[in-house]
Amino acid sequence: MRRLSAGLAMVAMLVLIGSASAGTLDDVKAKGFIQVGVNGELFGFGKPDEKGVWRGLDVDTARAIAAAVFGDAEKVKYTPLTAVTRFTALQSGEVDVLCRNATRILTRETSLGLNFAQVNYYDGQGFLVPKSLGVKSAKELNGAAVCVLPGTTTELNVADYFRSTGMQMKPVVIENTSELAKAFFAGRCDCLTSDVSQLAGTRAVAPNPDDYVILPEVISKEPLAPAVRHGDDQWYDIVNFSVLAMIEAEELGITSQNVDEMLKSADPKVQRFLGVSPGNGKSLGLDEKYAYHVVKLVGNYGEVFERNVGKDTPLKMDRGLNALWTNGGLMYSPPFK
Amino acid sequence: MTVHVYDSRTAEIKPPVTSVGVLGWIRKNLFDGWFNSVLTVLVLALLVKMVPPFVRWALLDSHWLPSGSGCQDAQGACWSIVTANLRFIIFGFYPHDLQWRPLLAMIILVALLFYSRNRKHWRYALGWSWLAGLAVMGLLLRGGFFGMAVVESTQWGGLPLTLLLAVFGLTGAYPLGVLLALGRASRMRAVKTLCILYIEMIRGVPLISLLFMSSVVFPLFLPEGVTVNKILRAQAAIILFTAAYIAEVVRGGLQAIARGQYEAAESLGLNYYQTMRLIVLPQALKIVIPPSVSILISAFKDTSLVVIIALYDLLKTTKSVLADPRWMGFSAEAYIFLALIYFCCCYFMSNYSRRLERELDTGL
Repeated sequence: MRRLSAGLAMVAMLVLIGSASAGTLDDVKAKGFIQVGVNGELFGFGKPDEKGVWRGLDVDTARAIAAAVFGDAEKVKYTPLTAVTRFTALQSGEVDVLCRNATRILTRETSLGLNFAQVNYYDGQGFLVPKSLGVKSAKELNGAAVCVLPGTTTELNVADYFRSTGMQMKPVVIENTSELAKAFFAGRCDCLTSDVSQLAGTRAVAPNPDDYVILPEVISKEPLAPAVRHGDDQWYDIVNFSVLAMIEAEELGITSQNVDEMLKSADPKVQRFLGVSPGNGKSLGLDEKYAYHVVKLVGNYGEVFERNVGKDTPLKMDRGLNALWTNGGLMYSPPFK
Repeated sequence: MTVHVYDSRTAEIKPPVTSVGVLGWIRKNLFDGWFNSVLTVLVLALLVKMVPPFVRWALLDSHWLPSGSGCQDAQGACWSIVTANLRFIIFGFYPHDLQWRPLLAMIILVALLFYSRNRKHWRYALGWSWLAGLAVMGLLLRGGFFGMAVVESTQWGGLPLTLLLAVFGLTGAYPLGVLLALGRASRMRAVKTLCILYIEMIRGVPLISLLFMSSVVFPLFLPEGVTVNKILRAQAAIILFTAAYIAEVVRGGLQAIARGQYEAAESLGLNYYQTMRLIVLPQALKIVIPPSVSILISAFKDTSLVVIIALYDLLKTTKSVLADPRWMGFSAEAYIFLALIYFCCCYFMSNYSRRLERELDTGL
């Protein structure tokens, strides 16, 4: 009874105060930092290194937002979140923005009350096979034993794929990512299925990575994007255009190296983008040079991609879908004007 | 002469070599009958089969260098995962240059624990030094004085966090548990009902669900923007959970005290609090040392469940290291290292409790 009435009192309080919060931008400025929900265990996206410094594509996205708001990419505090706690943490205001490799899907936007900003990584589910299997396409996997993590959409996707293509599969379900990889390398299954970005990480730990290949078929769409709460359009715009600024910078050929020279550029697009001709910053409620700060302190999308998941990292990812639209990818920024 | 004759006639015959010394011991303890002989042979065979490969894996063929070079093709263990990431595993996100502070805090804690082992040191001064020690530890972790940088609790992690959750969890839970036990044994209907309700509700759900409640459901009840520290929430859940179990154990102790003790106290004119404080509780708590220590040990290990709400305790920092492609394959080594740390802590507790039982033994 005691608990029930306490609960009721809390609900009443929630109803009373629910509508009274100020804008996230004002809150963030008052706090002096942005609280960001991140993964914590995903190499290349959000994970601390040996010194406890956060690294990854999602982490750099968060740093870009901080650079846009404060002109300082380090004014970020990270909250590691599990798959279960991530949306609650955002809804309850524990974090201001969620950069935790969350897939943008309809029901998360509607029933969970979230807004997903510009996608910062286009992922999708694929297959990793040993070269010795001699398979060139996922369509040749009939009757294969498939290593898969339980309880994720991954398991459903692969079952759907095999059913829709009229093939048979033997699922080998193992709870833990690292044990799953061990089982696969030990030959307990013919192929391993997961998001392509994770498959790359798994291949990197193989006794001999060159013996394994990721098949070209991608059987699901996983657009990973930062998310904010419904109902604060200004904050949503800021998050959205911080990610877009990195993409636009790559389109315009601006990097963290040449951004200072680019300030002198005669190109009106570059001038508007870097705030030499004012307008963009003010309309977002930010400093006119916000995009300059993003590029200078974090880099353009290409730099961020290569730094975290690109050729020189253990993940060795191709740009693929994440290349600029001009190079056959999906990264496309609306004009900054 | 008679003495001599007496001596020679009863000269001792030595027992056969097979029944004294090492051989005798072996025969008596290991090959006593066919069943024990078979068991001994089986166990020996098992040991011969398992120990040398393990030693070779863990020591002879192993790699220790933090660079981790050669780990991929090594036949043996790759302890490099521990040596390379030791500071992150132990201290989590605590700023790299300031890690002497949690280290010092842990040293103070361990020193206090060892000093308190001796019952001769149990005076009021010890209580005060514990209070002072805990305050200093808190200040060291948090900083913000003498020009030391503030380190927020969100950056605390690893072993200090595990110890923090455990020490405060156990010291918070024990008094609460005793109160609940007294409440449950109370003659006041309302108090008794509330206590029973509490104990049964908390015992009826697993700790994981309480942790989830504290981290997922509870924040939704708070107004937007108002948040309670995540560590505090987890700490509260652990205290509430452990207290319910302690309560039942202590209740068992209370019931073991003979009716006559209560009556004797009453006839001496002691009131309820005096009876409990002077007569009943000292005896009851002594009786329940073994079960309460086993609850404390399991509560200590249960603190690792906070991984599921993404607190970076010892287990979570290790799991985070394992997510790195460079170290992904070496989970066994990392978990063995963790197991050793947990074992040391738990063994300290059980060792201490045995010692306490021995010293308090009054033959009751």
